[in-house]
Amino acid sequence: MTLDMFLQHLTNAVSLGALYALVAIGYTMVYGILRLINFAHGTIFTIGAYAAFMGIAIFNLQWGITYILAICFTAVLGMATEKVAYKPLRDAPRISVLISAIGVSFLMENLLIIFFGGRPKPFFRPPIFTQVLEIGAIMIPVLSFAIIIVSAILLVALTYLLYRTKPGTAMRALANDFETARLMAIDVDKTVALTFMVGSSLAAVGGILWALKFPQINPTMGGFPGLKAFVAAVLGGIGSIPGATVGGLILGLCEIMLVAFLPNLSGYRDAVAFVALITVLLLKPTGLLGEKGQVKV
Amino acid sequence: MNGRSNGRGLNYLLTLGSIVVILLITTWAQRTLDPYRLRVLSVGAIYVTLAVGLNLVYGFTGQFSLGHAGFMAVGAYTSALLTMPVAQKARNFFIVPIHPALENLQIPYLPALIIAGLMAALLGWIVGVPVLRLRGDYLGMATLGFSEVVRVLINNMQTITNGSMGLKGVPDYVNLYWAVGSAVVSVFIAARLVNTSYGRALKAIREDEIAAESVGVSLFYHKVLAFVAGAFFAGVGGALLGHWSSAVDPKMFTITITFQILTIVVIGGLGSLTGTVIASFAYAVAMEWLRFIEAPMKIGSIEIPGIVGMRMVLFGIVVLVVIVFYRQGLMGQREFAWDAFLRRKEAGTAAGAGKGV
Repeated sequence: MTLDMFLQHLTNAVSLGALYALVAIGYTMVYGILRLINFAHGTIFTIGAYAAFMGIAIFNLQWGITYILAICFTAVLGMATEKVAYKPLRDAPRISVLISAIGVSFLMENLLIIFFGGRPKPFFRPPIFTQVLEIGAIMIPVLSFAIIIVSAILLVALTYLLYRTKPGTAMRALANDFETARLMAIDVDKTVALTFMVGSSLAAVGGILWALKFPQINPTMGGFPGLKAFVAAVLGGIGSIPGATVGGLILGLCEIMLVAFLPNLSGYRDAVAFVALITVLLLKPTGLLGEKGQVKV
Repeated sequence: MNGRSNGRGLNYLLTLGSIVVILLITTWAQRTLDPYRLRVLSVGAIYVTLAVGLNLVYGFTGQFSLGHAGFMAVGAYTSALLTMPVAQKARNFFIVPIHPALENLQIPYLPALIIAGLMAALLGWIVGVPVLRLRGDYLGMATLGFSEVVRVLINNMQTITNGSMGLKGVPDYVNLYWAVGSAVVSVFIAARLVNTSYGRALKAIREDEIAAESVGVSLFYHKVLAFVAGAFFAGVGGALLGHWSSAVDPKMFTITITFQILTIVVIGGLGSLTGTVIASFAYAVAMEWLRFIEAPMKIGSIEIPGIVGMRMVLFGIVVLVVIVFYRQGLMGQREFAWDAFLRRKEAGTAAGAGKGV
């Protein structure tokens, strides 16, 4: 394998990993605060992609505007599901909330089937994203760069939100100690709603970028990326945002490099994530960047 | 416990009687009901076997396992490969030939079913020994990962599993007798296990691991015991499901089926076998009953096309409503008990034997 080819694979790996990371952050933030594995997050990802699809295919909007509207819609939907399905269960056993999340995921996935049918639909790709950049002997799709840049910007923005603003501080406080934070007059409902808003919009960005990368959408498309993003979150230490990013990048790297270096084993691509998960959990039960005992955002 | 010893004999008699009644009802149903209703009831009974297994692990021992689908898959494939006629195997494996060791293998149904359970149990032991060191959500994630690895392996082991094409024409042995029989046996074994010192140890681990360990309960031994027993039931249930649908393929054993079984267990009540039985049948019947919503309707001469997906939407809503209003599940941790039924309940003892530790 030449250096050029390696660099090409590396770019692919980082762009896939960045996608996983975007979705993983949603899992990690919700888990950090509510200790809830939000299994509906993968469906939120799908809805982001469908919302963008609708804007272009049905309302004929310009793609940039569509994406922004789709992200807003998904963010509102994320908050709404929290209000309806999770908030009434805040003092209930945690398993009830998990089942509730599973119910929400069933519900939304099948609503998509009712409205759009179960068959895959082509996703419109704006011409910019279909171009390929040639750098020396390496050919890299513009989209791969776009994914990396967008993810990097969002990560920086999120870090700013969490460490430099008041709502972000409230989120970190809740993640650290829910009860004490509540006593310190932190508006729990508002902060949880904000968490779901941020997490869901990141999932929507992930969904749209995913649909641009693999230009086809279907109601169950969120299943695998969702599950893998969840694995990424756990791998890096669930509850930790740097952890989710590292976990996502590791998964992207492992998957692409497996296919690149050992093409015979490409059938096992989907197992890589889970083997990595089990190995890391057995060696370091709270994940790579997870702390013992207290888990932080 | 005075006065209770006299009641014990009566309890056994009543239990025996109810098993006879169940058998009579089963015979009646198998002879008179139409095939469609029989299939619905059979799948309900299969859910009982599956859900009892998960309840043993999660409900009684408190070990959050999301690996049920993996064990089910192992059981389903084992039994399918052991019972399939040679000619049918040849028809299935037309792209890649079957592994020679399996080619001419065919054994009767009952031993195949038990071997299926044992294979799953063996795997449960191999997985459980390292993984059960983890706690809570982390255990759930690791078992979920394991279950997905099993699925990917099945997809790739062409010579044994026929890969993603699955196996078609699995002998459809499962009638109501098999399904109900297996459900009765599982509930019986689980009830025996739960009401012995093993069961009390399991519940002690669920309530407080550290306290349980400090009074001499071996955490490791009992956790593995529950996990292996759960895997056994999952294997048998998976095998039954394969014979019920007369086809087995990797897509049957995704995380969705684990979620469905988990939903049954939680809705029935964690740590209640009675609840599990009720929820299993309720789930099977509700899923079928909701099907009418998707069927095309005809009002006069106007035909309304069926809406595909509506069933699961309603199902999602039902799950949400049940979970929001019955947080402990239908039965909580209570069990059906003859004592409560006969109003011979002593003051101070809870209605169910399943309550106290």
